[in-house]
Amino acid sequence: MTATMQPESEAAEAPRRGGRTPVAGQKTRPRGRGLEFGHWWWALPGIALVFAIHYVATGIGGFFAFTNWTGIGAFKITGWANFEAIFKDPTKLGALSNTLFLAFGSVLLGNIAGLLIALGLNRVLKTRYILRTLFFMPVVLSPLATAYIWKYIFDFDGPLNAFLTAIGAGDQTKPWLADPQWAIWTVLVVLVWSSTGFAMVIFMAGLAGVPAEVEEAAAIDGANLWQRFRNVTLPAIRPAVAIATTLGIVQGLRVFDPIMALTAGGPAGATETLATQVYKQAFALGNFGGGAALALVLAAIILIFAVIQQRLTRSNPED
Amino acid sequence: MFRYTKLTLLREVGLWALALLFLAPFYFLVTTALKPDNELFTTSALAPPKSPDFSNFIDVLTATGNSNVVTGLINSVIITAGSILGLIALGSVTGYVISRSTRRWSKGAYYLFLVAIILPGQLGAVPLYMGARALGLTGSAWGLIVLYTGMLLPLSIFLYANFFRGLGTEYEEAATIDGASKSQIFSKVVFPMMAPATGTVTIFAGLIVWNDFFTSLIFLGGSDNQTLPVAMYYYIGSLVSQWNSIFAIVIVSMVPILALFLFAQKRFIQGFSGGLKG
Repeated sequence: MTATMQPESEAAEAPRRGGRTPVAGQKTRPRGRGLEFGHWWWALPGIALVFAIHYVATGIGGFFAFTNWTGIGAFKITGWANFEAIFKDPTKLGALSNTLFLAFGSVLLGNIAGLLIALGLNRVLKTRYILRTLFFMPVVLSPLATAYIWKYIFDFDGPLNAFLTAIGAGDQTKPWLADPQWAIWTVLVVLVWSSTGFAMVIFMAGLAGVPAEVEEAAAIDGANLWQRFRNVTLPAIRPAVAIATTLGIVQGLRVFDPIMALTAGGPAGATETLATQVYKQAFALGNFGGGAALALVLAAIILIFAVIQQRLTRSNPED
Repeated sequence: MFRYTKLTLLREVGLWALALLFLAPFYFLVTTALKPDNELFTTSALAPPKSPDFSNFIDVLTATGNSNVVTGLINSVIITAGSILGLIALGSVTGYVISRSTRRWSKGAYYLFLVAIILPGQLGAVPLYMGARALGLTGSAWGLIVLYTGMLLPLSIFLYANFFRGLGTEYEEAATIDGASKSQIFSKVVFPMMAPATGTVTIFAGLIVWNDFFTSLIFLGGSDNQTLPVAMYYYIGSLVSQWNSIFAIVIVSMVPILALFLFAQKRFIQGFSGGLKG
């Protein structure tokens, strides 16, 4: 990484370039002469495949959002009826608020935990790489396997209640996953557990781009720990924050596998999210039109938050 | 100034305590899987087994039909490897062309891929399934490879394109002057330079495809030819609160990916953090 005394601009740039010389390819390239390298038609197979699998399929699905199609047989075009039904249905509105709660809750807690661990591991620790590996382990597990493990931990006969009994808090034991008030918090714990390691490595990479000299200089000038973090470290890792939170929100809004394996949306819809509702409507309840309409709403929400998130955390608007 | 002090030691010990707490689920996973049936409800959930028993694992490895884990393992390896190859081949070429082109359409194509990353898959799932069935792609490893390649291609192209944006064109210019053709430049000069991006794509796509459950559940449609997560799902579907048996198959299903991660953890973590900087 290039050592620099201007953390606001240059150091923020350094981790983005991954340590390569920041010669922007776009600037050295002769403009206006069309393609210099490779043939344009090399891109055709990729564009065609993405177009077919993402846009054509989604477009057809989007069309059915305005119909009463059941998934097979004939259908009628019903206009906005499916969307009106969504905003009148308390289950769907509950799913919407659960989705937002889980997405923002897991991003917030996962990133704070990831950042604190990354800061803790940042310098001079002897075993930092072993610790990093350990904290990262949950990230490589399948959401399904993760959910089964936690399902047992929260089981009535499981370790959490056994632990509470052992420390003399036996009156606090409950069937966590079957408790309408607590079920959503158990889902949140699982999401945070499996995403913390991911946020941690992004922050560690960002922190590695902050030169030790700058921090030292700030410390010599009398900045305390918080001031050093706020004014030196944080500006330098802004790109890392932007990436980690944007990805976390997009992932969090479409969360599906862990919920299906943990609670299947229960008890009584307490952990229902938009993604589980889309699946149930379209695939289990034979209401493909309604499911498609809900998926369209979900897509719009994801798009809106992804754009807002990018705008808020972007450090360099020209990029 | 950043020397190893007593405070650092305290920080190190504290983080180890936190790490052990963080990984406690793995403790329950292993101890429970080793418990024989009669200990499952008689011993505390916190205690290790009195007489460890491997019969749960033998049951898992010898299961037949749609929960055959050996078939599942082979299918998962074939499908994951095939998808990775497809994503590297198509992703590298497409990412290269759209990031090096100065024409207007290349910017449009870039956004086409960017938006495709965000679209939720469920909306297209039913039309996709009907299309795949019409083309005879359901129920086979080939179909899933094509499908996963298409589904993850936007991400792969995005990672490659971002990589090229930070890379100068000097090598390609030099090769052009030396008289290399466009395809020679790509295969001999550009592709080897992309190794870090290829590593990131391999790890990301490999992890997503290997762990994916929903797509293979739908597109392999109930046959005995399943991927590992689906085999696990069917196996567990027949068990109620038999946590020792459930955890035996959970362990069997996670051992390959966990072993690969611990073996190549540096590359894994570099791939993750390196690919996401742009």
